[in-house]
Amino acid sequence: MEVQEHHGETTVTVDTPRLVEAALHLRDELGFNFLSDVAATDYLGWGAKGVSGYIGTHRGRDLNVPSTQGYQRLPRPKPRRFSVSYHLLGLRAGAPRVRLQAWVDEDEQVPSLVSVWPTADWHEREAFDMMGIRFEGHPNQRRILMDDDWEGHPLRKDYPIGGEPVRFSGEA
Amino acid sequence: MAIAPERPRIYQGSRIPSPIPSVLEVREDLRTSEDVLTVNFGPNHPSTHGVLRLVVDLHGEEVVGLAAVIGYLHTGFEKNMEQKSWWKAITYAPRIDYLSYQNNELVFVLAVEKLLGLEVPSRATWMRMLLAELNRIHSHLVWLATAALELGAISMFWYCFRERDRILDLFELVAGGRMHTRYFQVGGLAEDVPPGFWAECAKFVEVMPKAVDDYEALIDRNEIWLERTQGLGLLSADDAIALGQSGPVLRASGVDWDLRRAQPYLAYDQVDFRVPVYQEGDVYARYRVRMEELRESVKIVEQAVRRMPGGPWIAEDRKVVLPPREELHTSMESLIHHFKIVTEGFSVPEGEVYMTVESPRGELGCYVVSDGGPKPWRVKFRAPSFVALEATATCMRQALVADMIAIVGSLDTVMGEVDR
Repeated sequence: MEVQEHHGETTVTVDTPRLVEAALHLRDELGFNFLSDVAATDYLGWGAKGVSGYIGTHRGRDLNVPSTQGYQRLPRPKPRRFSVSYHLLGLRAGAPRVRLQAWVDEDEQVPSLVSVWPTADWHEREAFDMMGIRFEGHPNQRRILMDDDWEGHPLRKDYPIGGEPVRFSGEA
Repeated sequence: MAIAPERPRIYQGSRIPSPIPSVLEVREDLRTSEDVLTVNFGPNHPSTHGVLRLVVDLHGEEVVGLAAVIGYLHTGFEKNMEQKSWWKAITYAPRIDYLSYQNNELVFVLAVEKLLGLEVPSRATWMRMLLAELNRIHSHLVWLATAALELGAISMFWYCFRERDRILDLFELVAGGRMHTRYFQVGGLAEDVPPGFWAECAKFVEVMPKAVDDYEALIDRNEIWLERTQGLGLLSADDAIALGQSGPVLRASGVDWDLRRAQPYLAYDQVDFRVPVYQEGDVYARYRVRMEELRESVKIVEQAVRRMPGGPWIAEDRKVVLPPREELHTSMESLIHHFKIVTEGFSVPEGEVYMTVESPRGELGCYVVSDGGPKPWRVKFRAPSFVALEATATCMRQALVADMIAIVGSLDTVMGEVDR
């Protein structure tokens, strides 16, 4: 477990096997009774662009694509590909907030928190639908925003924008 | 979770369905009978507020099973925002919830400002608060108009849209557009407020409370309205918290919680307003909360007009904020800054923040991750409507099919925000 403080926000990082335990502790002992949001993030290609000084991408400089200039400095590396952030709130004076964060790779699962906060139901379905993160023990692990037979997970970084199959495209 | 220990019990225990909290499953004894009819309600139905689909199991008139199906309006806003510079991504935010656009714009801009550590001048802060409250009135008016229309009070629609139009006129005066104004800029406002705005806004402040009197005279004690709203769609405080409900739905369940007061942002700690709370947890209570919020928002607008500070309306940071137009003709540096911001965009330091505001529908959150570059790495909106729809199964227990429309309406969902 690791606790970090950035921009006035507290982030508690836990290993996935202890996620439910941490969530119960935060809810029952520390009074974070309100799960506000579950946000999954894909860090594929994080920090892979060049550092300032070069202009361009691995294909070379492209004047027609803005924002191809590199970073001022490389961002800090991330431990795994995906993060799942649970934004918790205590409904009491001072409105304390904390971010509970778990890290997983593509084939790993996160324990579901539906039994801790029922509102996690749809949030976790969305994270599964958009990022392909599987939640172990979720009672209804299905897609929520995309069609049931949709292929791929649209918010992953390797899912191209405008990449959905369209009939007739490419046909003469 | 004793949030409001003095509240009366509206039902014993929890009514949240199990194991799936958002799906009401047909009882075992009814499942085998032939009397249960499954009806597809939506996605195209005049009373679903957009493209919500409810799969409803009916036993006679009674709703015995229910599952909400969403995603018909999924437009990939979050994916799109990752492809645009921070500057351009602001344009997407208001389109997510097309009834409370300024609040969406606000939460994204506040999140970026938090990452940048940017100080915003007080005139911009107060103006943002004023517009956010006008926007709350606008959103509640559209809710009242459509929710009443669905229950047969057709004239409400015309009265509410009369005042809504006045608000849109005010937005047009300030930003040039009636909806999706994109008036909030990182660092402040896009332009100064035109001088003619204050007089018009003061006129609106005078008219609006009388209009609310009119609405209340029409439906507040109307027998049909009371019959169709009281005691329906019950949600207890504990269930509401467990289901993550926020805003008017939570306050109508007896929980005294408003982010504007609990976690003041903008200048909400400097103005005087009351947070209405009702204990009944039914459709009527949600209606009452919104009606009183209309009056409270007018009060905030009035105070903001009266106490609006002067001075600059946008921060001075030239790395982030566009230079004044007239400088472009005389200053080389201004021209360079303008060019850089418009083409490449400004860079935001690496980090992640979660920013929240009280939108008309409840806690609107925005989680933003930056890798230090000119585009957001990840933007995730916590949409209060999305969460509100999770409560449909709980609210709809023992409801009749005709009540369903009143209950879904009372949750005040905007499908654009649900599906994003």
